[in-house]
Amino acid sequence: MFNRDSWREIFDTISKNKLRTFLSGFTVALGIFIFIILFGLGNGLKNSFQEFFLDDASNAIFLYPGKTSMPYNGFKENRRIEFDIEDVEDIKNNFTLFTEYVTPRISRSALTRYKSQSNSYTTRGVGPAHQFVEKTILMKGRFINQKDIAIRAKYAVIGRLVAKDLFKAEDPIGKYIDIGSSVFKVIGVFQDDGGDREERNIYIPYSTRQLLEKGNDEVDEIIVTFNKDLGHTGALAFESSLKKYFKDKKSIDPRDPNGIYFRNLTDDLKQTQQFAVVLQYIVSFVGLGTLIAGIIGISNIMVFVVKERTKELGIRKALGATPKSVIQMILQESVFITTISGYTGLILGVFFLKNIGLKLEDYFIKNPYIDLGTAIAATIILIIFGAIAGYIPAKRAARIKPIIALRDE
Amino acid sequence: MIQIKNLHKSYKMGTSSLHVLKGINFNVEQGELVAIMGSSGSGKSTLLNILGMLDVAEEGDYILDNVPIKNLNETKAAKYRNKFLGFVFQSFNLINYKTALENVSLPLYYQGIPRKERQQSALNYLEKVGLKDWATHLPSELSGGQKQRVAIARALASKPKVLLADEPTGALDSTTSHEVMDLIQKINQEGKTILVVTHELDIAQMCKRIVKLKDGVIVEDKKVKQVLASSYV
Repeated sequence: MFNRDSWREIFDTISKNKLRTFLSGFTVALGIFIFIILFGLGNGLKNSFQEFFLDDASNAIFLYPGKTSMPYNGFKENRRIEFDIEDVEDIKNNFTLFTEYVTPRISRSALTRYKSQSNSYTTRGVGPAHQFVEKTILMKGRFINQKDIAIRAKYAVIGRLVAKDLFKAEDPIGKYIDIGSSVFKVIGVFQDDGGDREERNIYIPYSTRQLLEKGNDEVDEIIVTFNKDLGHTGALAFESSLKKYFKDKKSIDPRDPNGIYFRNLTDDLKQTQQFAVVLQYIVSFVGLGTLIAGIIGISNIMVFVVKERTKELGIRKALGATPKSVIQMILQESVFITTISGYTGLILGVFFLKNIGLKLEDYFIKNPYIDLGTAIAATIILIIFGAIAGYIPAKRAARIKPIIALRDE
Repeated sequence: MIQIKNLHKSYKMGTSSLHVLKGINFNVEQGELVAIMGSSGSGKSTLLNILGMLDVAEEGDYILDNVPIKNLNETKAAKYRNKFLGFVFQSFNLINYKTALENVSLPLYYQGIPRKERQQSALNYLEKVGLKDWATHLPSELSGGQKQRVAIARALASKPKVLLADEPTGALDSTTSHEVMDLIQKINQEGKTILVVTHELDIAQMCKRIVKLKDGVIVEDKKVKQVLASSYV
């Protein structure tokens, strides 16, 4: 009976019972709308979380020198360990198969000036590989290269916010800035997903930094990224062999917990991922809850609608409507209304998410989104439950003897 | 047209059961206008419900236009109702969000008649009850008498064999009652078989035959001289 006539009958009923239509449609539209907003915001929270913690390459191991706490091999305790550029080369040469990138890093804070603008920034003396370790994205110009290291060039790659602070609208490339009383030429501007702090850094060749500090070859820290094929266990094994190698090289007691510090992001990564999973559960739970609330809402409305129409259905039955046609009419109507309003809610929700997306970044919600599959599935679930919720009372109404329905004044 | 033999019906009231119809026998010929009278509790409404296939008897035969009515499922009952019977109720039972014309064409919708045709047909019946100009009005915009005339037009629209009227004048004042009865008499004169349930004697006397029920049995069944409702109007 899906013919034009039955549709006309349904449109007729819908258009003449506007309040009822509005109520049931509104419930569904609101349910879907809220579902999409909450789910989208949850996803946004997850996004900013991931960005927060997954900024650096997830396969990085940081090595810091410290002070020994045990005497060993004729050395006294409390000896300060130092890294130099030779250590960097040693890692490169001895662990070729395990490593991706190796770079030293020397961080100093210095007053930086361009014309009348000045501010204090962290300057990091690094090697070319640092770009990949920190996931630095170049906006303009280039990063430090091997040649800059070799000639100890006074070149600087500045963060987006440094450029904004010092240069305003001016193009910084090729300009000269004063870093701690030394003049550097700006060769690049970068951005970083790690946030504002990362974008207030300045990168210079590590050899230049060493030259400025009386030509020594000391290094603050070494960052190694391991081959991703190693996996979590492989990475831990690599870390311990690296540890063993360095303790041996620097004559540190193998049992000494100090002397050299390692920070392995693979552990962080695992924790972060676990946290992300929990966050995903929360988001799903919120979505499911909203959906259930929506289903209860539409069920209530459908029970109310059928109750309200009991007499009308009795009249229709007395005039020759079969139980099947009664059920079909109610279902067709409810599915039609829930479909239209469900998709209206869907479109509004997606539209709303798109528009608020940028304004919420300050509240740790970045790029809230819902994938269309989830949204459509939610809408279909609501339509199906709306139909079931309508079917049960409709079936009862269709079974009522018309004489009883008609007595229902 | 209607043959009823030894009809029994009882309602279960908890443990006891109430025997409402205790063996009804009567026949109605084509073109009769029968009043079924009785005080409340006499079983007249139950009889009408069974005749209208809104309820089923426990025992006995019911033959309508040579079709035995038994073992009906809901769907079949709905089809027979649509084909054989037209209902007129005390409280009119018009669908309040549909215009007079749409109400009248509703039984035709369930007969599967195309839209244009059923609107034309419905308009003809509205004209017949004198309400052609009110076709686009909603029931709320009609008077009680007009509503009952729309209901009669609706009952006629499906071209039923028998018209069943349950207290058709119960909610109307006497003048309007007479107008409605006048209409019923005219329809009867055109050859339609009509059964009217009433407890008002003056209404019953406008029929051609009176069947009196008391405690579930027919106590009186007599032909009367019909009083023309038009004489009052």
